[in-house]
Amino acid sequence: MAAALRVAAAGARLGVLASGLRAATRGLCSQATSVNERIENKRRNALLGGGQRRIDAQHKRGKLTARERISLLLDPGSFVESDMFVEHRCADFGMAADKNKDFTVFGGSLSGAHAQKICKIMDQAITVGAPVIGLNDSGGARIQEGVESLAGYADIFLRNVTASGVIPQISLIMGPCAGGAVYSPALTDFTFMVKDTSYLFITGPDVVKSVTNEDVTQEELGGAKTHTTMSGVAHRAFENDVDALCNLRDFFNYLPLSNQDSAPVRECHDPSDRLVPELDTIVPLESTKAYNMVDIIHSVVDEREFFEIMPNYAKNIIVGFARMNGRTVGIVGNQPKVASGCLDINSSVKGARFVRFCDAFNIPLITFVDVPGFLPGTAQEYGGIIRHGAKLLYAFAEATVPKVTVITRKAYGGAYDVMSSKHLCGDTNYAWPTAEIAVMGAKGAVEIIFKGHENVEAAQAEYIEKFANPFPAAVRGFVDDIIQPSSTRARICCDLDVLASKKVQRPWRKHANIPL
Amino acid sequence: MAGLWVGTAALVAAGRRGRWPPQQLMLSSVLRTLKHVPHYSRQHLMVSRNLGSVGYDPNEKTFDKILIANRGEIACRVIKTCKKMGIKTVAIHSDVDASSVHVKMADEAVCVGPAPTSKSYLNVDAIMEAIKKTRAQAVHPGYGFLSENKEFARCLAAEDVIFIGPDTHAIQAMGDKIESKLLAKKAEVNTIPGFDGVVKDAEEAVRIAREIGYPVMIKASAGGGGKGMRIAWDDEETRDGFRLSSQEAASSFGDDRLLIEKFIDNPRHIEIQVLGDKHGNALWLNERECSIQRRNQKVVEEAPSIFLDAETRRAMGEQAVALARAVKYSSAGTVEFLVDSKKNFYFLEMNTRLQVTTTMHTKKVTTSGALIVGSVTVPSPKQRQHTGRGWQMSPKQRQHAGRGTSPAPVLSDCTEPKAEADDFPVTQLLILKVLGIIRFNLTCADLYFKDCASFPLNFQDPYKSFGLPSIGRLSQYQEPLHLPGVRVDSGIQPGSDISIYYDPMISKLITYGCDRTEALERMADALDNYVIRGVTHNIALLREVIINSRFVKGDISTKFLSDVYPDGFKGHMLTKSEKNQLLAIASSLFVAFQLRAQHFQENSRMPIIKPDIANWELSIKLHDKVHTVVASNSGSAFLVEVDGSKLNVTSTWNLALPLLSVSVDGTQRTVQCLSREAGGNMSIQFLGTVYKVNILTKLAAELNKFMLEKVTEDTSSVLRSPMPGVVVAVSVKPGDTVAEGQEICVIEAMKMQNSMTAGKTGTVKSVHCQAGDTVGEGDLLVELE
Repeated sequence: MAAALRVAAAGARLGVLASGLRAATRGLCSQATSVNERIENKRRNALLGGGQRRIDAQHKRGKLTARERISLLLDPGSFVESDMFVEHRCADFGMAADKNKDFTVFGGSLSGAHAQKICKIMDQAITVGAPVIGLNDSGGARIQEGVESLAGYADIFLRNVTASGVIPQISLIMGPCAGGAVYSPALTDFTFMVKDTSYLFITGPDVVKSVTNEDVTQEELGGAKTHTTMSGVAHRAFENDVDALCNLRDFFNYLPLSNQDSAPVRECHDPSDRLVPELDTIVPLESTKAYNMVDIIHSVVDEREFFEIMPNYAKNIIVGFARMNGRTVGIVGNQPKVASGCLDINSSVKGARFVRFCDAFNIPLITFVDVPGFLPGTAQEYGGIIRHGAKLLYAFAEATVPKVTVITRKAYGGAYDVMSSKHLCGDTNYAWPTAEIAVMGAKGAVEIIFKGHENVEAAQAEYIEKFANPFPAAVRGFVDDIIQPSSTRARICCDLDVLASKKVQRPWRKHANIPL
Repeated sequence: MAGLWVGTAALVAAGRRGRWPPQQLMLSSVLRTLKHVPHYSRQHLMVSRNLGSVGYDPNEKTFDKILIANRGEIACRVIKTCKKMGIKTVAIHSDVDASSVHVKMADEAVCVGPAPTSKSYLNVDAIMEAIKKTRAQAVHPGYGFLSENKEFARCLAAEDVIFIGPDTHAIQAMGDKIESKLLAKKAEVNTIPGFDGVVKDAEEAVRIAREIGYPVMIKASAGGGGKGMRIAWDDEETRDGFRLSSQEAASSFGDDRLLIEKFIDNPRHIEIQVLGDKHGNALWLNERECSIQRRNQKVVEEAPSIFLDAETRRAMGEQAVALARAVKYSSAGTVEFLVDSKKNFYFLEMNTRLQVTTTMHTKKVTTSGALIVGSVTVPSPKQRQHTGRGWQMSPKQRQHAGRGTSPAPVLSDCTEPKAEADDFPVTQLLILKVLGIIRFNLTCADLYFKDCASFPLNFQDPYKSFGLPSIGRLSQYQEPLHLPGVRVDSGIQPGSDISIYYDPMISKLITYGCDRTEALERMADALDNYVIRGVTHNIALLREVIINSRFVKGDISTKFLSDVYPDGFKGHMLTKSEKNQLLAIASSLFVAFQLRAQHFQENSRMPIIKPDIANWELSIKLHDKVHTVVASNSGSAFLVEVDGSKLNVTSTWNLALPLLSVSVDGTQRTVQCLSREAGGNMSIQFLGTVYKVNILTKLAAELNKFMLEKVTEDTSSVLRSPMPGVVVAVSVKPGDTVAEGQEICVIEAMKMQNSMTAGKTGTVKSVHCQAGDTVGEGDLLVELE
């Protein structure tokens, strides 16, 4: 993974990456000149090595060089000044690029020596608890080096797995990433891509053509659109290198440094007790009518800021990060606008992976429920909705972080149980007055219970009266309170403060066995 | 509250017309309240409102329950007043309006049908059913919809339900443009040369148009408010106009009759308020100028008109009164005139109902403390004692009004309120047009208003031919009521849905001041402080109009918008210093966001933040031009150097509030940061217009140069729906050859038919819509080769 720039900050060096991202642009500008000079110097050195032409070629493709990417991602001020060791580490990385032929020279294929450098940095990141960000722009294994480069991959994979759940790992795919190299991003927590210039595939179009005789372009096979809308491999795509790196800085601010750290709390100007009157009318009176759950999320969270993960894949579930009174929270919500918000294979897997990330990194979960059930049909059953749906169920049940659930409308059947219900140790479960918590909708229920009866309408009305409201659940304590939608934000902020000290002990086990 | 009281009066009077015995009105207390309200204090304003509301005698016999056959802003106002008077209210609504504000406010609500107005708010049968079901004793029609529908009035009469509005014969006479013109002619009112009659088909339309001479205006006989009106400059446009107008007339009024008349070029639109009683008395009041129009719908209203002199005003008033007397008008109404540059005026039409946009007269009422009337007029107690039955003007009023020579109460002459219940000179009689049921700030009595401007605020995108309808959900909504001299009439709230089915007007924004300049300044301020998110709106256009030098000078006509913005409205054009201000504010905001991003709590592992960096070097792109900015801050104050000039920017930098008040070198600006992306894009509403800027650090900007331009779609060969709506007709099929500008299809949205034309000459490749389809904004309609 020659070009896969493993940036790890460790121990005392934490400051580098962390302040680079957390401290955002502080110091960025004043230092920019000196860094630019240094970048210029390095460029000149590279020129001496015959690299300028390659750099230009990279630019011509609308891509930045590794060093330019780093300079954008990190805060140059602290990067330069805070720790000479990091400077060395990165210089080392820089040297790696020079010595071991980076992508501008050799198309970024991975050598054994390069893999070793990456592993070293990752080991340190795990030891001290610092996030790892990979900027991937790699052609795959160096065929010339044979098995040694394959070993290099595996070494990295092992680090990815060891680091999983210990430190956040993010991959940003900024160029081709093919062959074995793809499994490193796949193992990390989040994979982002750059539109039009990045590709992820096991085998390229040429191999595909020779094996399956399919005609497919790189973009169609493994471009950003494919992976963010169809395969679900990537979590988001950005316009270009600069946009991607700026967004990555923004995204990073939501994450804790490691599983030993609590969710970050940023200064917040949005009052935690703000009432949200517009929520009182958002759920339509007709229970068949859709509304946009994202509107609810925007209204409830701090300053309407919501970093959505996988916004274009399995859109019937919404997941992403936001802040409540400054504290990072993970948001999960059914989207009534898409497939009525039902759960299917893709949405279950999307939700489950997100919930597990939040749980691993102490990020409280807020779940907005409007779910009519699991999607019926042969496609789903044959596809294994049972085991895939179980993943989401498993993830919510397993999660020990603070869990607050708001049922906005429908919570039917097994899907009700799954969506962070009280029974899965939801800490606070609310229902809006529009909530309908039942085994199924009135129409379906009446068709079963009163099969053959004449007065279906009366039966339906009776069912609605008895079950299609929040009371049956509330009297049993399955929802803690029926709240006015406008007070949702205030209630959740208050609950999160109380739940901040939540501690749950699970019985010892080697690891759990999620139905994969 | 005078508005409340007025409402009372109207309702009581209406009651009297029916089965209810006449009752004494407590006018004197109201008027005294008027007089003794202290100046300037907001608290006092509140107090006086309360005082005003007790001005209504609770022992008065009123209706027990009325039904409001309308929606939105006007329905809300009616209900509000009824509530205070203890009258129960019944709202009607279509299914999509089920959770709208007026439904929530009313005591009862009845769904009268699905979303299209012809099936709900114009559905007389369903509304009659609702009246029977709820046992409402009277119906308040508001404006639009059934307010001028004689059929409805007849149905109500048959059921012995009171129609709160003018008599049927007046509605009938004035509601029909042809009949009203004949009447006007008979009453020796100046009328526009034209063809008074039903136009049968397009060819007849062309013949008539030629006789009159182009340009001509084609409009629906039954319609008002500019709906169904089109201007044609040649035969072809006459045919188009005939077809579109008649369709529109049919769908809006169920009556496709049209008339064609001479189009007065460059006219002003000025209307006169009239008032009549049941004894043949009539008088006229001040005018409103509504010249700034878009598609014949009023965009800005202003009173008094800056154009009229006393003589013209009097002449217009006298003709208006003559007309009112001719139809035995016993209510408040408006006579609309077109006035040309030589102050010749022509009768346009008479509105026998409330006006959509007018509130100005309410202010005048407060100025003079005069009596206000709605559609049904009411005497003062003394007058009532004199007459006993039906409302009649006082002898003094008759003295003037009876002769039809009431002097126009010019507001500048009214230096203080003089109203006394016992002495009620007609010079101070002013009319509140909005059926007396409007939220009305009584304390204004002590201030005096020479001028005010009223804006219908529309959910329209002003950049598309001055505003095509925009729909969506109001994610945030905040009225600028914290400012002095501002009033907002609206029927929406945060979270409301704006649908394609109804009038896009969301509110009327009214400001007033002691002179025109102050009223306009307050309007600009109010527009800056108006928060509307989730839908596009026309604030940018409105704000631009009121600062336009022609408008400020008073040099306006109904063609103002197309004259001033011949290539369409493109937003505010920044002067150099305004641009520097914008850039300075944007960069300060950027830095404020960045600084805030460093402030984490409770994390001991966070790095120690180094001392503030002195200078932030930024690169801001605005309108494709890149500006270099250096910003430094100490506390909340920023020193920003924009392209070499230095500006001081201070604010509280509360990044959660929708409104940000910023001081730039001492100039106070209210800006709204609408969106902000990590990639540097920021949308800022500044001086009414939304500016998109891209802010990057110097380093990022340098590297950004290497980024490739994204390929954009060639839009000339595709026709996309510019707004959400329903496809009414598709004129082409695949394979057809079309010329540039040729009509391809017609989309109806918010009751306006919009003709979609080809962007270039070519062959139709594919058609993606058919008549009856509902399309969203940006939906592909037709592709050309």
